Amino acid sequence: MAKIYLDPITRIEGHLSIEIDVQNGKVVDAKNKGDMFRGFEKILLGRNPVDATQIVQRICGVCPVSHGIASSKCQDAAFGIKANKNGRLLRNLVLGANYLQSHILHFYHLCALDFVDITAILNYKGSDSGLKAVQAWAKDELALKKGRIDQISAVSPFLPRYEAKDAYIADADLNIAAIAHYLQALDIRMKAHKMVTVFGGRVPHLMGIVPGGLTHVPTRANIREYKKYLGEVEKFVNDVYIKDVVAVARAYSDYFKLGRYENLLSFGAFESDDSGSAFMFQQGMLSGGNVAKLDTALIREQVRYARYKSASDLHPLKGQTEPDPHKGGAYTWLKAPRYDGKPMEVGPLPRIAISYLSGNMAVKKEVDAVLKEFDADISAVFSVLGRHAARAIEAKLLCTQIREWLDELEVGGSPRSTYDIPEKGEGEGLVEAPRGALGHWIVIEDKKIANYQCVVPTTWFCSPRDDRGNIGPVEQALIGTPIADPANPIEAARVVRSFDPCIACAVHVVEGDRDISQFRVC
Amino acid sequence: MALNRRDFLKLMGGTAAVFGFSGVLLQGCKKAIKEAAERTPVIWLQAQSCSGCSVSLLNTIEPDIATLITEHISLNYHQTLMGGTGEVAIRVLDEAVKKQRKDFVLVVEGSIPTGSEEYCTIGMLNGRHVSALEWIRELGKNAKAILAFGTCSAYGGIPAAADRRTGLNPTGAKSLSEILPNATIINVPGCPPHPDWMIGTILHYVLKGIPELDEYNRPKLYFGKTVHEQCEHLSDYKRGRFAKHWGEKGCLYLLGCLGMDSGCDIPNRKWLGGVNSCTGCGSGCIGCTESVFPDYGKRGLYKHLMASLDEINALEEPQIRAAVLNLRNGGSING
Ligand code: SF4
Ligand code: SF4
Repeated sequence: MAKIYLDPITRIEGHLSIEIDVQNGKVVDAKNKGDMFRGFEKILLGRNPVDATQIVQRICGVCPVSHGIASSKCQDAAFGIKANKNGRLLRNLVLGANYLQSHILHFYHLCALDFVDITAILNYKGSDSGLKAVQAWAKDELALKKGRIDQISAVSPFLPRYEAKDAYIADADLNIAAIAHYLQALDIRMKAHKMVTVFGGRVPHLMGIVPGGLTHVPTRANIREYKKYLGEVEKFVNDVYIKDVVAVARAYSDYFKLGRYENLLSFGAFESDDSGSAFMFQQGMLSGGNVAKLDTALIREQVRYARYKSASDLHPLKGQTEPDPHKGGAYTWLKAPRYDGKPMEVGPLPRIAISYLSGNMAVKKEVDAVLKEFDADISAVFSVLGRHAARAIEAKLLCTQIREWLDELEVGGSPRSTYDIPEKGEGEGLVEAPRGALGHWIVIEDKKIANYQCVVPTTWFCSPRDDRGNIGPVEQALIGTPIADPANPIEAARVVRSFDPCIACAVHVVEGDRDISQFRVC
Repeated sequence: MALNRRDFLKLMGGTAAVFGFSGVLLQGCKKAIKEAAERTPVIWLQAQSCSGCSVSLLNTIEPDIATLITEHISLNYHQTLMGGTGEVAIRVLDEAVKKQRKDFVLVVEGSIPTGSEEYCTIGMLNGRHVSALEWIRELGKNAKAILAFGTCSAYGGIPAAADRRTGLNPTGAKSLSEILPNATIINVPGCPPHPDWMIGTILHYVLKGIPELDEYNRPKLYFGKTVHEQCEHLSDYKRGRFAKHWGEKGCLYLLGCLGMDSGCDIPNRKWLGGVNSCTGCGSGCIGCTESVFPDYGKRGLYKHLMASLDEINALEEPQIRAAVLNLRNGGSING
């Protein structure tokens, strides 16, 4: 048995490493390790609840919007208010725009270098000036740094890389097109961030998210500006992104069978009316092929293999966490969240699959169109390629839906509902981050934060073994992955990256040590 | 592939004068720029960060990010962008330490935990996980310049904030200058920093050396004036027109805006190439470029630092004066 370490897993957010055991060319065991701990929730204790929307956004620079909204929603619940219509729409508009930037970033800038041969640029013969500049740069770098101390990083940040045989796409045209799209996508994801900024003030870490909605009063000029960027992003999604995902799927069709996982959870994404219970992407839990209704009372976090000395198997509202950096047997800073005792994958694949199986016609139409390309049925979706396809499909559907939200905005109308901070209260805020189900829980006493807990997407899918030894979704998905060259385990990296881990989010989960069991579980 | 003049001026937000370059000087710099700026190697380490500084860097407008990393700097190590994974990636750092490379600029994003090395590790060498602290100490010995990007790295930021029940920070998170007390460190704070601040500072270093710094080691050219002095709502402030709810027109002082206490040029520069700003979107400034962020003693983000009595007395409306005094005394307006 050969132990292989991938440390660090780059091209994800944060500090993650994995350890795999490879036997006869296949992964037989895997461990995920979250390698950073900050203690955010402890830092929140005793503060003004309203400060939380700003502080928690700093959990993650890639999906600050999701944390900001989850926080404002748990405060809404604790304050006994609901977002007004503009507030709900503005939240959807900033979150939707950040989905677009996050999905595009993930496919092109985080994952593509696992498939595309970047060195193909050296043989480029065409006349595109941007590509020619990149080619000249790459040639220059290689010539200039030859024999020098910094030779190892010539053509950085693209090289060095894993160099396994046949690891990358062989087709020269496909590679060149992909490199061109990598560059174009840098600009497009920034346009999506401009959309966020129109209503959020800035990004990352939006200024304007507050309980009840946002602070920015929408104007006609805002809507025009947002639409202008949306048009460019939408064109890229429909004409380039979807097609590139299909092209990668054709070149790597075995990845429909790799990285599979079938316990899925979604909190429901993008509220579609003011009741807060209707969504653009449905909520639910999928296990054994059936969709069940969501019940967040069934969430527990277990810490047997995580570096905490506190009690295990507690609901987030009752969670306790005392770090224990050298705890025997523990191998990660990530806790193991479980739903009704089961590990769960969260993210675009669960959102799309649960929406599909819940009879969402818009989702069904797009998914069926992609599946038809491969003569496949819905079961192909539970895979590495299914995750990439789900993201692209989501991006396409969002571009259309966002226009309707813009039309519904009341120009010049209040962007939020108002509130008073109560002496005492508690609340649950659920949101779907681009990478999956995100929950924040707050307890308020004396108008201050008495407790705060986040359970984030990556703790769900990168969770370690739980108290009973059941392994987490990514660990499970890695098992069976063929590794052609143990010195260059690129196949394992592809599986892990397909989940879009965000480790800064995942490894901060800390609770106060108070007994808070007198509070109702939401 | 030299940094051309147009790019250069744009990069600085069209403020070459502020930057201290004349056109003639720029022409003279061209050769130096070609030799130095186009290939300055950068090793960018993330410690206890959220990657927000890196994401902000990606929002570089002019030159765009692709031009930046192919023409102006050589991004040798950056965990979120680099092609290499695992050992392949870590070799870049290991070689830099082993071969005592002295040609690179070290950028650190995120605070550095000292409570336990396990609180943040980056990669593995000879079967041992290496802490961020160790990499920073080793690389810090040879780097030709050291830049702290973001408030976490510059001053500790949110990961170094206190648990208010104990007054202690959970991980012993420290700023870069506390870890490398003998090095000259240029701080480019902001949570996140504006991309112009980060790139402009790197290029200033490459072309002209260390920029003029304020008492917090921040380049004066970006942090030398307060938000308040440049604010979109300054005339409202002067006329005593204050918003009492988020979303209302007027100066945001009563809602806890910290613009008077924050060195930062965002109301002028704005985010994402002019799209919006912190004060412009009606939320006010939370003072993210300051060393006291986010604790401000025991105040919160949406309460005031001490405004001077003179400033308060200058407010004409008695009702507003009373509200500000109330805030000074620890009250808050949250609705
Ligand atoms: S909003 Fe803030 S920075 Fe602007 S004028 Fe008012 S107090 Fe000053
Ligand atoms: S205006 Fe205030 S909150 Fe905005 S970046 Fe500057 S210091 Fe930070």
